[in-house]
Amino acid sequence: MSELENKAKNDSTISAGEKIAQKIKDDKGLGQGVILFIIAFVVCFAGSTLLFPKLLYSKKEQPFNFDHYLHVYEAGDCEACHYLREDGSFSGIPKLETCMECHVEEPLGVTDDEVVFVKEYLAKDKEIPWHVYAKQPDCVFFSHAGHIDTGARMDFNECHGPIEETKTSRTYEENRITGYSRDIWGKNIFGIKKNSWDRMKMDDCAKCHKEETGHQGYCFQCHK
Amino acid sequence: MTQDNHNNAYKFGMVIDLDKCTGCGSCMVSCMSENNVPFKEDESNKRDSITWMRVYKLTNGKSFPDTEIAYLPRPCQHCGGEGDHGHSPCVSVCPATATDYGYDTGIVSQIYTRCFGCRYCMGACPYHARYFNWWDPKWPEGMEKYLSPDVSPRMRGIVEKCSFCYHRYQAARDKAYYHGDKDHIKEEDYQTACTTACPSNAITFGDLNNPAHKVHQIVKPDPHPDPRNHHVVGKSRNPKVFRLLERLGTNPKVYYLSEREWVRKQGDHYLEGEWDKIKNHHGTTSHG
Repeated sequence: MSELENKAKNDSTISAGEKIAQKIKDDKGLGQGVILFIIAFVVCFAGSTLLFPKLLYSKKEQPFNFDHYLHVYEAGDCEACHYLREDGSFSGIPKLETCMECHVEEPLGVTDDEVVFVKEYLAKDKEIPWHVYAKQPDCVFFSHAGHIDTGARMDFNECHGPIEETKTSRTYEENRITGYSRDIWGKNIFGIKKNSWDRMKMDDCAKCHKEETGHQGYCFQCHK
Repeated sequence: MTQDNHNNAYKFGMVIDLDKCTGCGSCMVSCMSENNVPFKEDESNKRDSITWMRVYKLTNGKSFPDTEIAYLPRPCQHCGGEGDHGHSPCVSVCPATATDYGYDTGIVSQIYTRCFGCRYCMGACPYHARYFNWWDPKWPEGMEKYLSPDVSPRMRGIVEKCSFCYHRYQAARDKAYYHGDKDHIKEEDYQTACTTACPSNAITFGDLNNPAHKVHQIVKPDPHPDPRNHHVVGKSRNPKVFRLLERLGTNPKVYYLSEREWVRKQGDHYLEGEWDKIKNHHGTTSHG
């Protein structure tokens, strides 16, 4: 009997299910393709999540480390430095003048950061060029008066996170294309939001406004 | 819904006394510096220059010695659209929603980051109040430090226009929040740059809905639609007050005041004999 005949004989004796199983076993080309696809997907995925943020954002260190925890403890509360002025505008990050209400002549503390502060800025009477994590794009108008105690009674943490517990200033990351702080898009490159302060895009403002006031607001409510 | 963000709606508007206007151009200058409007090498090139507020010269067309001159400052008219429902000519055509009608203030916005420069709105605006940036703004060295941080500067390829100094409204609202009365912005807290700069006090600005405001007292806007044309709302009951192209039904919030009939006649185009029929018609109650 020839080989061909043998095969034909064997074929007739095995069931249809076994036939299909044999076929899949033989189809080695497909398996390699799937594996290759998975590898390519993993490489691209890892590349986009790990490498892309590094390409997109430049890292900048603050002029020197700032200990919020210590300052809140010493000054009593947030409003000692960040307050509303009588015309309703927000003071933002304090100027050197505010620092000098406590840091007069003698350095307070013995840290290296205090030395930098005194030598580079206090002695030269130069403003500290802080990088502002929460800085919104130029076209955005934000009213602190409308959101804090005088307005919607929101907590500072809701947008800024637990900043009063931080002892070190984290690295500021700036989008190389837009120049915006990374805090606007959020740390997560896919824009996934776990905490209310993770991201501060227009959609986040509009979502909260819609929930709280029933309307997301007209353009000029937040634009200038 | 836990917060109340809806105040009793304002309707900010302006009335300009054309008999007081001397055509000095202070309003134009103050507007440009207040709103970071870039200036050009050749400001006389009207296809390139940007003037949110622009003063036009009117003449009665008569020869000496009967010649009379008047000046007409023209900001964005902040149209309420037909029936004053917010369908302003520019808002209704914008494909990018870069301009919208603020129902809380009656002010027509322009969002520069949203605009992509199709200029459809410029074609739709009957008042030529919108301007296109053909070039990026160029400031002489050091001058960018004098720009107002409250107004976002514009880039090449987008449209801009008068905003009734909206940043001043934002500041006034902040102040009202601070003093615990967010729903009542004081008349003196929100005034546009042109209003405050006018040396002859020709411009009066305020809330057209508020009878305590001077602008309301001068204009006396008719809350009912015009019986002759139902698209027209807010027609002045003051016979000396008119609006530009009022019969179009765009319902501008900028009113003009003049004692002189020939000046009032220039607010629209009239067929022969038409003016005499129309000139004495001022709102519903004045007819009563």
